Amino acid sequence: MLDLSSHDVLLVGGGAAGLRAAIAVAEINPNLSVAVVSKVYPMRSHTVSAEGGAAGVARQDDSLDEHAYDTISGGDWLPDQDAVEGFVKEAPQELMRLEHWGCPWNREPDGRVAVRPFGGMKKERTWFAADKTGFHLLHTLFQTSLKYNAVARYDEFYATRLLADDGQVQGVVSIELASGKVQAITAKAVILCTGGCGRVFPFTTNAAIKTGDGMALAYRAGAPLKDMEFVQYHPTGLPFTGILITEAARAEGGYMLNKDGYRYLQDYNLGKPHPQPVLRSMELGPRDRLSQAFVKEYEKGRTIEGPYGAVVHLDLRHLGEKKINAKLPFVRELCLKYENLDPVKELIPVRPVVHYMMGGVHTDPDGATPLKGLYAAGEAACVSINGANRLGSNSLTECLVFGARAGRAAAQFASVQRAPERHLLAQAVDEEARLQDRFLQKSGGRERLSNIRDEMQQTMEQSAGIYRSRESLEQAAEKLSELQERFQDAGLDDRSHAFNTELIAALELSCMLDVAESIIHSALHRTESRGAHQRTDFPVRDDEKFLAHSLVTRCPDGTPEVTYAPVTITRWPPAERVYGK
Amino acid sequence: MAEQIALEITRYSPERDKTPSMEEFEVPLRKEWVVLDALNYIKDKVDGSLSFRWSCRMGVCGSCGMMVNGEPKLTCATFLNDYAPGPIRVEPLKNFPVMRDLIVEISDFLAKLSKVKPWLIRKKEKPISEGEYLQTPEELDSYRQFSMCINCLLCYAACPVYGLDPLFAGPAALALAQRYNMDSRDEGKSERLDVLSQHDGIWGCTFVGECTQVCPKHVDPAGAIQQYKLTAAQEWVKSLLMPWGGK
Ligand SMILES: Cc1cc2nc3c(=O)[nH]c(=O)nc-3n(C[C@H](O)[C@H](O)[C@H](O)COP(=O)(O)OP(=O)(O)OC[C@H]3O[C@@H](n4cnc5c(N)ncnc54)[C@H](O)[C@@H]3O)c2cc1C
Ligand code: SF4
Ligand code: FES
Repeated sequence: MLDLSSHDVLLVGGGAAGLRAAIAVAEINPNLSVAVVSKVYPMRSHTVSAEGGAAGVARQDDSLDEHAYDTISGGDWLPDQDAVEGFVKEAPQELMRLEHWGCPWNREPDGRVAVRPFGGMKKERTWFAADKTGFHLLHTLFQTSLKYNAVARYDEFYATRLLADDGQVQGVVSIELASGKVQAITAKAVILCTGGCGRVFPFTTNAAIKTGDGMALAYRAGAPLKDMEFVQYHPTGLPFTGILITEAARAEGGYMLNKDGYRYLQDYNLGKPHPQPVLRSMELGPRDRLSQAFVKEYEKGRTIEGPYGAVVHLDLRHLGEKKINAKLPFVRELCLKYENLDPVKELIPVRPVVHYMMGGVHTDPDGATPLKGLYAAGEAACVSINGANRLGSNSLTECLVFGARAGRAAAQFASVQRAPERHLLAQAVDEEARLQDRFLQKSGGRERLSNIRDEMQQTMEQSAGIYRSRESLEQAAEKLSELQERFQDAGLDDRSHAFNTELIAALELSCMLDVAESIIHSALHRTESRGAHQRTDFPVRDDEKFLAHSLVTRCPDGTPEVTYAPVTITRWPPAERVYGK
Repeated sequence: MAEQIALEITRYSPERDKTPSMEEFEVPLRKEWVVLDALNYIKDKVDGSLSFRWSCRMGVCGSCGMMVNGEPKLTCATFLNDYAPGPIRVEPLKNFPVMRDLIVEISDFLAKLSKVKPWLIRKKEKPISEGEYLQTPEELDSYRQFSMCINCLLCYAACPVYGLDPLFAGPAALALAQRYNMDSRDEGKSERLDVLSQHDGIWGCTFVGECTQVCPKHVDPAGAIQQYKLTAAQEWVKSLLMPWGGK
């Protein structure tokens, strides 16, 4: 049986972006009914894992222009500069608002909020709550959201598709996990805040829920995905688990060492080693460059062979126990728990790990997508302020700034729209039938979900990793079409309704397959190297042809089509990226 | 063949079963595997219908709490090796209704959390443009511990009072209330107290401290409850001297 409910503005996603957007709607117009749909309880959203901090200019010696320049050069000139200018301007206000809502930011002795250095940033401007910034930020937002009665929640509801009428998005179809009931939730505006898709790769810092659902939902409804080829590898993940050791460890003074105990980054145009951390230099270079340096070290035979592949070492020993406990307690906790080693006395084995998607649903600086009524914000969206490589600590702030903007824009849009028509329900009825036929009532089905998933992940790592080539990408494209076909023959062990987590896994896998295809095809078309997208067959940046965003849309037959849109340049003409000077 | 370990796991489907039962599975015993890895191995390779919650696999999202050999644990931070040679009993968190296999119904906690008003309450808000509410590192330290709660609910599964008296707000909700009460920026203490002293749950807490013992994040909810009782008692004495609503 189909259930139906209806709201003015609907958030899909209850992470930092979704909750910030929901509060923005409630504040701008308390008469609007706003709801948050989330496949996990909001405080379980992946934002909770973020460690290092959130960037926003806070000190006299810093300026908005410098934050903008670091972001634009860090993104290898692919960010839209108008969006970046708006972002750096609103960033400090948003972080301050979190302070007013109770976020336990670290403090200076005089009581002001403290800031720390971060990779690729020329000044200290990263606000932090020890090394559990995302956790505190998310719980502060969630707890604050509880005081707004206007914010309704659909906890543990999984959105399976967008409802659209004549190209205008008017809600979602969802499954209530507890009962398995299909519920249509209509709304005058929908904001996708569904986060990233790191799980399309085998080795990732991303939580299990990061399966690119919102990207796939938008893509299937006809919205373009932007800059999907740019996948960020973080240079310091723990082997096997992929657990992140935050960049803050290097910002506080950690060294990267190869098998000879040598600070190898000095060989990669990232500056000279100093005992103390130097901003925009060495260990505080940008993530793309550090991850690429790891591959080169490996090729030179200077990495260390571990049980889970090659590693290098992160050395925090010289920081001392006191500093580690004060600034990096979570790093110590994670190392003790999962590696059985104490960073106060021992070296931490680390390797590059898939961490963040620069790409996402194409939006304008207010979060609006080309589809009427559809907005997106946070990691699911691509505005773009991150370009070809995101700087650490810009993303949490991005969730706040663009979550709030999308919330306001959607609220305004919803205020002048009429309620969705009831005939949309036919789509929900179709969707319910599809779920039954395809999965729950289906007979046979020979493929196991986990096999398809594993093969997809291996394919992505082998062909769309830190370095790519035409050959590897073409192979991947072929393999993914094969997996799409095999997915049609997937069979579930679980045919029940209450909390059918296998059904959800199947729907997530189908989203990941679509997103993986969009990544591969975007990467194949970009025949240059820029930021996190490095082509061995096209090793240099080509501004003439590719100072442009890629847009991938789905053709009626399901194949991806790639086109390009110009980058907005305001005040910083493209130049060489220089670090360590 | 690699060494194996047995897991005895609660199975329950409301559509199929009247009562929960136990099912045994064998999984490879690998030294880096946590209990959650074993559950995922079963789900991927053996029985896709096994149902449980998880997400971060790094002990911070709070999803994966279960009873492991009778004790509430985060399964993503509990190693198989510590239970070798097994078998390991994995059951849903105690004191909550079971929805399916290892999944429990936690909406009661969420309702209680809202009730204690876990947000910063100010008599007068300062505009954002005027900057932060100053707070020294010492002031931050006075509540930081209580702010570390990941809502994993292990403490509720361990709490003898919650088990008997479901109206009790419970350890985590009280710790979070205290987190705001202790925050130098907050002015909502008396509002929260009104809500909490209405029910005698907190007086039922005997300070056995099971909650604090099982808490994976060292929040010390038992300590929070003790602090709470003390303030509540003081406020109660004051309220006898003042007419109701005079605060
Ligand atoms: C380990 C780690 C550390 C990080 N550290 C930092 C840092 O220090 N600084 C920084 O700036 N950034 C950091 N990042 C990046 C940053 O945390 C994320 O980009 C950001 O939190 C994303 O937030 P979000 O709101 O977009 O999405 P998320 O927090 O991922 O939330 C997504 C939401 O969407 C919901 N959802 C998804 N699909 C569906 C569906 N189909 N139906 C219903 N609901 C759905 C989920 O339930 C969830 O509520 C880190 C990332 C990782 C992995
Ligand atoms: S107080 Fe501890 S055990 Fe209880 S919910 Fe919070 S983190 Fe979990
Ligand atoms: S999976 Fe997140 S706490 Fe265990």
